[in-house]
Amino acid sequence: MNVDEPAFDPAAPLTPTGNLRRRRAVSRVAESGATFAAVLAVAMLAIVVYSVVAEGASALSLDFLLGGAPDGIGPALVGTVELVLMATLIALPIGVLVAIFLVEFGGRLATPIRLALDVMNGYPSIIVGVFIFALIVEPMSSQSAIAASVALAMIMVSVVARGTEEVLRLVPDSMREAADALGVSRWRSVLTVVLPSAMGGIATATILGVARAAGETAPLILLSSNNPGVSVSLNPFEAVPNIPGTIYRLSEEANPEGFTRAWGAGFVLLALIMLANAGARVLLARSRRKMAP
Amino acid sequence: MSSAGSMEMGGTPAIPSRVRIQSGPLTVAAPGGHRSLPVESVFDVHGVSVFYGAKRALEGVDMRIPRSRVTALIGPSGCGKSTFIRSLNRMNDSIPNFRLEGKVRYHGHDIYGRNVDEVEVRRRIGMVFQKPNPFPKSIYDNVAWAPRNLGLRHGLDERVEQALRGAALWDEVKDRLKSSALGLSGGQQQRLCIARAIAIEPDVLLLDEPASALDPIATALIEDLIHTLKGRFTIVIVTHNMQQAARVADETAFFGLDSSDGEPVGALIEHADTATIFGNPADPRTRDYVSGRFG
Repeated sequence: MNVDEPAFDPAAPLTPTGNLRRRRAVSRVAESGATFAAVLAVAMLAIVVYSVVAEGASALSLDFLLGGAPDGIGPALVGTVELVLMATLIALPIGVLVAIFLVEFGGRLATPIRLALDVMNGYPSIIVGVFIFALIVEPMSSQSAIAASVALAMIMVSVVARGTEEVLRLVPDSMREAADALGVSRWRSVLTVVLPSAMGGIATATILGVARAAGETAPLILLSSNNPGVSVSLNPFEAVPNIPGTIYRLSEEANPEGFTRAWGAGFVLLALIMLANAGARVLLARSRRKMAP
Repeated sequence: MSSAGSMEMGGTPAIPSRVRIQSGPLTVAAPGGHRSLPVESVFDVHGVSVFYGAKRALEGVDMRIPRSRVTALIGPSGCGKSTFIRSLNRMNDSIPNFRLEGKVRYHGHDIYGRNVDEVEVRRRIGMVFQKPNPFPKSIYDNVAWAPRNLGLRHGLDERVEQALRGAALWDEVKDRLKSSALGLSGGQQQRLCIARAIAIEPDVLLLDEPASALDPIATALIEDLIHTLKGRFTIVIVTHNMQQAARVADETAFFGLDSSDGEPVGALIEHADTATIFGNPADPRTRDYVSGRFG
């Protein structure tokens, strides 16, 4: 018998006893640490958005949005849309097919390929830029929208593939079983049952990829930067002006008016990406509801 | 779609000939010799054991399943009924580490033979599952999906109507064929799944506990349906419900756990006419089970 420890008395008042007081304190510290980190992350976003709006909003005007360089970003806006569109056309089919492979056919091969995609998602975009520079720009001896789109597509593929994979996994296996039991081959089942029920999620993954690609700067500096963006140019075999490149160039110039325009261009880009994100979320919520039994 | 109303249920629908299943009669002596009549059988199962990795799920099943009749598989949980029925149309193939020993002959062809395509197997041997699993499509598209994908586009409207009538669902859904199948009740969804399965005119229908997720009224409808379908299809049904087996089945097979090798493993204990299984079973384990003494 240990005499130091008081005997357990079930009838004692229900206030903390033993080391519960200490455990409560530790728990409070951990909880406030986690809360602080969460608030900090949101605060960072708020500060970035606030400064972009505060510094850039004054630059906004119809002339700024539609006009050419040096006063406007119209051609750059068109160029970014063109680059992202071309990149999406390349990355979407590849990404969706990769996801179909991972979920429907991959078997044991799926795990290493998923790992490769995650690595791809993380590798520095400047390396993609250098790679495509050697692959396309050097042989053609000119920068081009094509080269830039291919680089953006390389960055998008992993985003689209991983996002699509997630929604394909949400399609219940009972759908695949039902299709199998009807004597229809797996590929046709994928095309006509699995993909249609995952459409909203695939759109979401694509929009997230678009948002990612629209803001990439490093590859564009290497691959599509020697067009000042005085007027709209859509030729895919030439460099096209683009927003990230414009922001970079304006903020490198020793010109205070340029800074304001750089903030303005940043505001436009941020607004585009946030809009795309919000759209993606709405689409995903809708497709989740549709998938519910 | 109304033009199809003139088509008789039993009439031959316009189906390309390659879809029909041709097979000569097979006369096989029954194991044990207690059945001397030459009954045409659809499945001849010889010494089938099923393994999931190292785990043995089913041991040494010998069984004949007769044509155009209803065969019920009964028995307690975990004795391999579902494993067995899913082995008849290779639905277990997608399970990792699944392995089958022995022979499953379907009209004399080895289901697990070397040149056998499992998609073709399932095209002839359809299956309906425990939980209704309609596609998230319209009622019409659910039934039309398989015919479309199998190239049976000719007379699709008639085919869909036939299938829905065959599944005793037509009158309930004929005015809302374009609305989602997910809006149907559980019992209606299950009959839709049966309609979907018979729309491609299979030879065999495998029903894996088709009524266990349904209420008694929906269950009774499914049982009536099985009675009307058995002339057209060979039906194998797994059920937990002994009364259901007694009501719908011509023959009944009792699966149980056999511990003679130490490890308990699923095995076919007894297979006979339903009346014999429920009235005068030969094996004491069958007697205990059907009299409700265990399981």
